Amino acid sequence: MKFIEEKIIKLLMILSMIVVFGFVISIIYTILVRGSAAMSWEMISQLPSGGFYIGKEGGFLNAIVGSLYIVIASTVLGLLISIPVLFYLNIYLSQKSKLAYFARLAYDVLFGIPSIVYGAFAFAIMIFFGLRTSLLSGIIVITLLIIPVLIRSMDEVARDFPREILEASFSLGATRLETVKVLLRQIAPGIVTATLLAVGRAIGDAAAVLFTAGYTDTIPTSLSQPVATLPLAVFFQLSSPSTEVQDRAYAAALVLTIIVLVLSVSGRFITRRFSKNKVK
Amino acid sequence: MKSLRIIKDKVASGVMCSLTITSLLLVVFIGIGLYWKASPILSEHSLGDLLFSSSWRPFKGEFGFFPFLSATIWVTVVAVSWVLPIALLTAIFLTEYAKSFVRRYVFPALDILAALPSVIYGVWGTLVIVPWISRSVAPYFIDFSAGYTVLAASIVGGVMILPLLVSLFVEIFSTVSDDLREASCALGATKWQTTKLVVLKKTIPGILAALVLAISRALGETIAILMVCGNLPQVPHSLLDACYPIPALIANNYGEMLSLPLYESALMFAALILFVVVLLFNLFSRLVLNRMGKQLV
Repeated sequence: MKFIEEKIIKLLMILSMIVVFGFVISIIYTILVRGSAAMSWEMISQLPSGGFYIGKEGGFLNAIVGSLYIVIASTVLGLLISIPVLFYLNIYLSQKSKLAYFARLAYDVLFGIPSIVYGAFAFAIMIFFGLRTSLLSGIIVITLLIIPVLIRSMDEVARDFPREILEASFSLGATRLETVKVLLRQIAPGIVTATLLAVGRAIGDAAAVLFTAGYTDTIPTSLSQPVATLPLAVFFQLSSPSTEVQDRAYAAALVLTIIVLVLSVSGRFITRRFSKNKVK
Repeated sequence: MKSLRIIKDKVASGVMCSLTITSLLLVVFIGIGLYWKASPILSEHSLGDLLFSSSWRPFKGEFGFFPFLSATIWVTVVAVSWVLPIALLTAIFLTEYAKSFVRRYVFPALDILAALPSVIYGVWGTLVIVPWISRSVAPYFIDFSAGYTVLAASIVGGVMILPLLVSLFVEIFSTVSDDLREASCALGATKWQTTKLVVLKKTIPGILAALVLAISRALGETIAILMVCGNLPQVPHSLLDACYPIPALIANNYGEMLSLPLYESALMFAALILFVVVLLFNLFSRLVLNRMGKQLV
């Protein structure tokens, strides 16, 4: 009897594995096929021209560049904020510190908050300060969104860091600030993986920038202009009734998917490649 | 010279401490900010009225959130109920049964699912799931459906939380020590009996917490769900009705809401509901998971 049960459950497990793989393959295949059919050099090298949204010439370079602007700026800002926080949690505070406990809990919670709520919150703040949809607001909201991602995934690596090494550094007379260098060298691959993770999340997010960054057909030249982003380009073009414009959404989706896949694969590669300097 | 080093250290400490505390307070700021924007509508209508009335006519000043709340609950419950067994079986397979080469292929696949942006799931949903429902599922039950339904939303939403659930379950199962498994096997139990009576039994709190975390993730999914749910402000009665969950409501109306102060306040109230629910769910599950003594995902 128990062996029959074993067989049945094994079959169910294999079935569910097939379902999981089926989803992955179905999604990638759909995007690749529909996207590559609509893909052309024009799409990624030109701005939308006058008749773009009724199926005439142009591409979505505005969205690609806009996404890059937002992602690069907010990743740099995010790192500038989250790396000091990481050091504070791991070097300055003791492991039993209440503040560190609550901080980690708070970042876990912030990580779980949906991006649409960040968007709504940022929108409220923007109205309060009289800002309009702009590159600046987009950068700020995406920075807020990725800080918990950065801190949590770097903290996971930093927490495994052996305390003895920190103590060795202190015992040589180094201050806590100087000990930072020791930790930094050890968790460098962790920082890179965290950054890639955050970039992936930042580039794919649509709900938060919908409120804050707006959408435009041009590449912004100042921080106060609205900016287009790739996910929103997909979203808006797909909601058009014309099939030619919808095809462009698939091309934009393909570009977005490729970027995200490259990030995900290189994240894995870097973790494996650069963890050789690590002291276990 | 020495004092300069100490001063540097102290200054850095101050800067880092203030950065940490400021970023922590973000949770509080979000709560206060949303409440402040939502207060006009809260002072005009009672909370019960807002939550349980189903008439949504913003331009007449009637704001009943019941259609949106029920749509959110429908989508989440259906998504979680189909995805939970699959995620559990996959995680059990990966931790208890699979050889290491299988894991080498499965984890990258799950990574890809986790990394794909929401809007890609939306595109996939409109290209694959929606036509499938319209052509192959709906005709058996009703005359016609365009496919933009609760079912479509919960399939897409479910796939989106699948990688999160599997990786949480895998982490949770690996907290059970191998000694227990070996003891059980030594008594003549099969692998599945061991899994069922030892591993699953020991990790029930963790499984629950992971589930709550996944639910809170599904509640907030916006763009993908918005693209496949149909966006009709009605209370759904079956899987094949169109629906309109809260995140979709906020995202769809962000442009219009400036024209009517109360409308804006209503949407901020919707965001506040979402925030509070997700906050409570997250706190609960994180506290349980932390107690299990492991930093997860």
